[in-house]
Amino acid sequence: MLRTFRLAVCALSAVTALVSTGAVAGESRVPKPAITIENPGKCVAPVDEMRRNHMDMLKHTRDKTLREGVRGMKTSLNGCIECHASKKTGSVLGNENFCQSCHSYAAVSLDCWSCHQPKANFKATGALPAGHDSPTGNASTAGAKQ
Amino acid sequence: MTERNQTEKNSDKSTAARRNFIGAVAAAGGLAAIAPGIHLVQVSQANTPPRPAGEAASKAVRWGMLIDTTKCSSGCNDCVTACATENGINETVKDARQGSQWIRKIDIKEVKTGRSHSLPMMCQHCANPPCVDVCPTGASMKRADGIVLVDRHICIGCRYCMMACPYKARSFVHQPLTDQNPEVPRGQGCVESCTFCVHRIDKGQQPACVETCTKAGHNAMLFGDLNDPNSEIARRVAQVTTTQVRADLKLDLGVRYQGI
Ligand code: SF4
Ligand code: SF4
Repeated sequence: MLRTFRLAVCALSAVTALVSTGAVAGESRVPKPAITIENPGKCVAPVDEMRRNHMDMLKHTRDKTLREGVRGMKTSLNGCIECHASKKTGSVLGNENFCQSCHSYAAVSLDCWSCHQPKANFKATGALPAGHDSPTGNASTAGAKQ
Repeated sequence: MTERNQTEKNSDKSTAARRNFIGAVAAAGGLAAIAPGIHLVQVSQANTPPRPAGEAASKAVRWGMLIDTTKCSSGCNDCVTACATENGINETVKDARQGSQWIRKIDIKEVKTGRSHSLPMMCQHCANPPCVDVCPTGASMKRADGIVLVDRHICIGCRYCMMACPYKARSFVHQPLTDQNPEVPRGQGCVESCTFCVHRIDKGQQPACVETCTKAGHNAMLFGDLNDPNSEIARRVAQVTTTQVRADLKLDLGVRYQGI
């Protein structure tokens, strides 16, 4: 008795599943990330590999570069930015842009940009603000006067 | 012993060759008024070739800096400005004491004699760095070629290293940043300090402060490989008396001062 009931439930859900797939076939109700690939076909590795492994590649490079001093590796975060920055905004950040659109979609937090510069060809301008510009530096060093 | 003699002989030879080279350059360059400054840059850059792609920093190299305080004038802030420009330090801070400071100018005075000096102070790139000893995460680290860095990827911002550094060389970033130089990532919640412009020297360039000091004609800063007997800096430290600040701490500093 129980078994028949289970079978019935299974059959029913199978039908429901079929029906619901039918209903959305052609036009998905699932939102997709809006990813613009600015320079298609130029990536350092095939798309599948990049999708799965880009974080490991970047982590490997970061350790090699920072801790061992190896420069000019095939994968580099700045390399990603130069190629993937939006032609409109110059950045990989922003809801429509390469890194952020996909990461928001996948709900994976993106910490790189609290330190790294997300814009391609960005030129830093370090004008020292007030408090930094005392010739002896004492203004901004609490203990330097001793 | 034999090996050492051999090395000494070799270095003598190359030093001689080098002197000839410098002589030739000086003779040829006599026409330009700014020639001395430019020669310095060219010669020191010849000492620091860019490291080829894929090659790790080498233990054979020990980057160092020599600061000639007799040429450094009170009130000149060129090195500090150059550092800020190169490393994108431009954030406004609520409390001036919180401003990031990779390099600062200090005026000191010998009380008895009244003799005063002005000098830049920055991370001394200790061979035995206390900041690395105390770091609980391994973020504070020394690269094979003696450059002391913070690996911000694993820095938790505990600021232990700031307490440990005898030279007040480190700063903590208190606010979110947006204008970083792409080659110099830095951000809120991490400790930072002078990197010897590691991104520049890996390309064979001089640190920004040294380049600016030389270009401005002050010639108070010299950068190079202390381990290479033919480098300008190694020859200078072999010839003149130089001082490590707080040498009593036996940290074996990469930065040396002349004239204090
Ligand atoms: S000077 Fe300070 S920050 Fe630099 S290596 Fe020494 S202890 Fe560390
Ligand atoms: S602030 Fe960062 S680098 Fe300094 S001791 Fe703590 S974890 Fe290490």
